This record gives sequence, structure tokens and C-alpha cells, in this order.
Amino acid sequence: MIRDPIRDGLAAGWKVTDASRLERDLVLDADVAVVGTGAGGGVTAETLTAAGLDVVMVEEGPLRSSSDFHMLEAEAYPQLYQESAARKTLDKAITILQGRCVGGSTTVNWTSSFRVPEATLAFWRDRFGLSVLTAGELTPWFERMEQRLAIGPWTVPANENNALLARGAAKLGIATGAIRRNVKDCWNIGYCGMGCPTNAKQSMLVTTIPAALARGARLVCGARVDRLRLQGGRATELVCAALDPRGVHATGKQVRVRAKHYVLAAGAIGSPAVLIRSRAPDPHRTLGRRTFLHPTVISAAVMPQRVDGHAGAPQTIFSDHFLERGPIDGPIGFKLEAPPLHPVLFGMTLQGFGERHAALMEAFPHAQVLIALLRDGFHPESHGGAVGLRDDGSPVLGYGLTPVVWEAVRRALLAMAEIQFAAGAKQVLPVHERAQPYSSWAEARAGIEALPLEPLLTRVVSAHVMGGCGMADSPQRGVVDAGGRHFQLANVSVHDGSVFPTSLGVNPQLSIYALTARNASALAADLTGKAAPPSG
Amino acid sequence: MPTRRQFLRYGVAGALALTAAGIARSQPADRVYRAASGAEPLTVLGAEDRAVLAAIAPALLAGAVPERRDALVGSVDRAVAGLPPHLQREVLQLLALLGSWPGRRWIAGVASPWPEASREEVAAFLERWRFSRWALLQQGYHALHDLVLAAWYARPDSWPAIGYAGPPEVK
Repeated sequence: MIRDPIRDGLAAGWKVTDASRLERDLVLDADVAVVGTGAGGGVTAETLTAAGLDVVMVEEGPLRSSSDFHMLEAEAYPQLYQESAARKTLDKAITILQGRCVGGSTTVNWTSSFRVPEATLAFWRDRFGLSVLTAGELTPWFERMEQRLAIGPWTVPANENNALLARGAAKLGIATGAIRRNVKDCWNIGYCGMGCPTNAKQSMLVTTIPAALARGARLVCGARVDRLRLQGGRATELVCAALDPRGVHATGKQVRVRAKHYVLAAGAIGSPAVLIRSRAPDPHRTLGRRTFLHPTVISAAVMPQRVDGHAGAPQTIFSDHFLERGPIDGPIGFKLEAPPLHPVLFGMTLQGFGERHAALMEAFPHAQVLIALLRDGFHPESHGGAVGLRDDGSPVLGYGLTPVVWEAVRRALLAMAEIQFAAGAKQVLPVHERAQPYSSWAEARAGIEALPLEPLLTRVVSAHVMGGCGMADSPQRGVVDAGGRHFQLANVSVHDGSVFPTSLGVNPQLSIYALTARNASALAADLTGKAAPPSG
Repeated sequence: MPTRRQFLRYGVAGALALTAAGIARSQPADRVYRAASGAEPLTVLGAEDRAVLAAIAPALLAGAVPERRDALVGSVDRAVAGLPPHLQREVLQLLALLGSWPGRRWIAGVASPWPEASREEVAAFLERWRFSRWALLQQGYHALHDLVLAAWYARPDSWPAIGYAGPPEVK
């Protein structure tokens, strides 16, 4: 029987409120209100609570834990993902996967752990004046979080889906590397995206949040933050709407939190949206701008052997070959990885319908899939997207797929097809409405060269939303400073992926952990008047 | 493919149909949205929406052959009920448009009423929308594609045909 640390903690008296059950409004007082419980919120809550501060965490999604994680897409997507995993950009051309549950995206991510590359930091220092963010400054924070979350090399052999990336790339002289993972005693099952059923994944759900709750922090889940009440350059209250048990409709009950300080960690769509709904000052029109996605394109292959892409650690091999070929602000580079394959996401993602689609689905056990994550935000014409609000106040991201993106998409589809054929693929199918399964690299090359690259024909997805409350040295260039402090609101900080001024070029969780650990420690020192504990 | 002139005509008709559908829809939809507290609805589709889906799903799933069409429509219904309100509204508008006579006849280009439409007729409509030059129709195609295929492959009875044994036992 697997121990469920969340159910144990609830039984031990953790202060957790499920807002869907509220029969009257709830008003809480705290030192710090933390909005969101993902990578940023979890680390913030643990750090501040450890410094003796009284913390209230507010989470839009539900509290679910290992006993609830049945490895079923039909349950996981509606319960654990934003918009049932059907969140899309304004023009519906890009599907966005983001967590919405206690632990946020860390509860459902694929455990890939990278430090922000030095080239990215150098760009930030050069273009956004973030001179303090050197590798030397961040290294102790990376080390601390790697230790905290058991991030280390994955020593089990890669599953076939990942091994094929390594083998195909090697035949072409393309270097690959091994992805580090945040796991302890991992069973190598492959269902990380539906919530870890064995608590091996060291997500916020089983690490920082239990630590904060055990020290007396409070958690309100099932409550969507509507806005901060602002007065005289300060936030005075956090106003939230309680949601029904499925998280769809507001029940009409309110949760309000009055705190000395407010930390937004609602993700790079959620955090800007809270500030926009709050009518936060935005004198230089930087709020919600420069939102990046690592726009991701997909290439499916049919292998002669079984691949069983649903089984085994989902992401263990990567290639940065195509990120390192030119200057960082030149033609957009891309990172290659392999994704886990499960019937719903695979079926929805593959193009077409009817007999042809069914035939592709029959090849499911033999399917190998590569993804290319485009490093947006560096090329002078890669400005990313902008977060806005619908009539009902819900956030929506507009993201223009511009010619510099499409140029990279074509190179990415070509590179993936070549690697898949080198790995022995019988057929390769770029995920594009006009593409057919190609039987040779020559045929694929000609086919991909001729594909019309347009929104809604080319399948584009994202699991990495970054930016929108960018860090900079001045309010002209960003929303927060290098410490995550809002330029215009004295007692508001942002601690999540929305502070990145560009995309990272790597899966973001570890970079959010480390930067948040640094900034939350400084905030704790500031609020308690005590020096921050030594780092490292 | 419709010519530009045809589309302008269809476009205006479509806008009218969409508006009419929206009006026809506004009352039950409001009821749904306000039923939040207390007994929240587990399903949101009306009989006409279900009839449209029952006609479209077999074309999307030809070759995968769901045996129990009603059960599949029920799966879609529950999935829609779990979507955020803005997406529920869009899906209901799309189905109302398709369920309306001008919507089916002029915008989808399906001559037969949905229960009588052949699989080929439905497939031809889906193919037109898939490659339409009008983003709104492409978006409509993708919504139907994603809803129906996701609902089908979420069901364990779809897995044997694709060689998927389901998740492992974890205890």
C-alpha cells in the first residue's frame, strides 16, 4: 500500500479549506498571501513559513493526491489541467498544457530538470539589465533546490521512445544528452502527466507544500483569485471566488485574504491576468506582454518494433544541437525531446479523421514521437504574445505565429524526420493537416519543403508558458525587478515563470524553483527583518 | 470549396444563423451557468446537440467503429460539462449553429437532416471545414475533432483496437 502524504497530513490536522464547500464568505488574515501552488508558489510558501511567517496559499484547482491518481486521461485532464487540457491561444492555433491543481504544473509535468542556460542569462544581462543574475549568483540556489527535490541523473535505461532519439541522432552525428529528473525511487511507469501515483515525483505537492502545511501554513483550494484590491500603490486585500467542486462555475461565495505582502505565482497566464483584473499600474505597457511558449511542433514515426511510448520515464533524452548552431538572437533554434504517448493526447493531436486516423491509431504501440521546442523571445522579430481578458474576466493569450517562427518550424520538422528515418522509421508523419505518412527521408524532405506552414494546419502546442511579468532593471523594460518585486506596487511580488524576460530554451521547472528560492529568501529577510539564511 | 462570393452570402447567413442560435440558446445556457451552487449539472447538451454529434461522430471515428454511439455522445457531453464556461458556450454555439437549418444547409453544406446524413456527406463537410480558408470554420472542425476523438480514446473500450492495455497495476 502506497502511503499518501496528503491524506496523512489532512488527518493530522493541516489547515486546508476546500472553497467549494464554503457556505459563507471566508476572510483570512496572514503575513503573506501566495496565489498559486506550482513551482513558484510551493517554494515561496515553504521558504516564508520556515522564516516564521504566517502564510495563506490560494489555489484555483483541487487538492488531489496519489490515492486519486489512477493514470487515466479521462480523470486527469478535467481535474488537474487548466481548461481540461483544452486551453488554446486566442486564434486556437496553439494548445497549451498547464496544471491547475495543488502543486500546479509540477503535479503533472514530465520531471525534466534543467538549469537556465548561461547564454540565456547573458542575453538577460545584456538586454534587460539583469546584471545580478549571473551563473555564480544562481548556482547556490540551483544546488539547494536540486538537493531539496532529489534532482539528479536518471540511471535506468531510457524507454524506447527516448532511446530512438539518441540512436537516430547518433547516426547523424547529432549530440544528445541525458535529462535529469526530480524523482525518488521512481517506478519507471510513465504516467507523470496524470499525477504520480507512487509519490516518486518530487513535485510541490509532496515536498514544499506539505512542509509549509506542517509548519502551520494555510491552504485554500478551489478558489480562483479575482483581483487584488489596490490603494495608494499597495495591495490591501486579495479577493477570490469559490468554485464548484469541478472547478467550472463560481458558487457566489468569496474568499478574501488580508496580508502584509502578496506573492503572485499563478503561472504566466494567471499572474498577469490577476494584475490586469486588479487594474494594476502599467505605465509602460509591459504587463502581460512578451509572453513566450516554446512553440512546439511534432513529428510522429512508425517503427518496425514496438515502442510503447506510454511506458517508462517520459523524457530522458534531449538534443540541443539545433539551439547551438547560431547566435542566440539569430534564426530561432529548437530543443529536441520525446513526449510520453497516451491514447487521448495522441488521438487528439494526430491530424485527420476517419479511416486514415484509425489506421494511424492502430500503429500506436509502434509510434515514436519527437517534439521540437522553439526558443522564442530572442530573435528581434520574436516578441511572443500578450495576455488579455475575455468578457467574463478569464484570461486568454494572443500569440502571433510570425514568419520567423514558421521558418524554424520547417527546419524542425525536417530535422525530426531525418532523425526518425536514421533511427529506422518505416514512416514519418509531421503533425500537419496537409502532411501524409512519408516512407523515406527523400520523400519526407520534399513533402515538408512543400507544406504550407499556417496556423490551424500545423499542429503547434506548448507546455511552457513564460513571461508577461518580465524582470528588468527598470520599469520601462519590465514589470518586476530582479528580486521579483513589482515596480509600482510596494507589497506585491511575482514568483513564477512569468518573470522570465524571454523563453529559457529549456524546460522551466528548475529555473523557477531556483529563482524563487532566491527571491523568496530575500523577501523573508525583508519581512522579518532578519538576515536571510545562508544559501547553499 | 465555396467561391468568395458564395462565402460572402454564406458568411452573412452564417452570422444570422449564429445570432439566431445564440438567441435560441441564451435561456437554457443561462440556466446552466446559474445552476452552479447546489445540484450542478453533469451534462449540458440538449437533444438537438446530441443528434448533431451522433451524426458527426461516426464519420470522425470511421474505422475505429464505436459500437455504442449513445454512450459516446454521453462521454462528449460530460467532457463539455467539465470545460470552463467560455468554452462550453463556444461548443454550444457551434452545435446550435450546426443544428439549425441554415447552419447545416449553408455553412456545413449538408443537405440531409443530420439523422439521415450519410457518413460520406458528413465526411465531406468535415473535410471542407478542415481546409477552409476561413479560420472560424477551421476552428469549428478542430473543436469537433478534438471533442469526439478525445471522448472516444478516453474510453477503455477504444483501447484494444490500438493495442493499449491500459495503465499498470500500482499498489
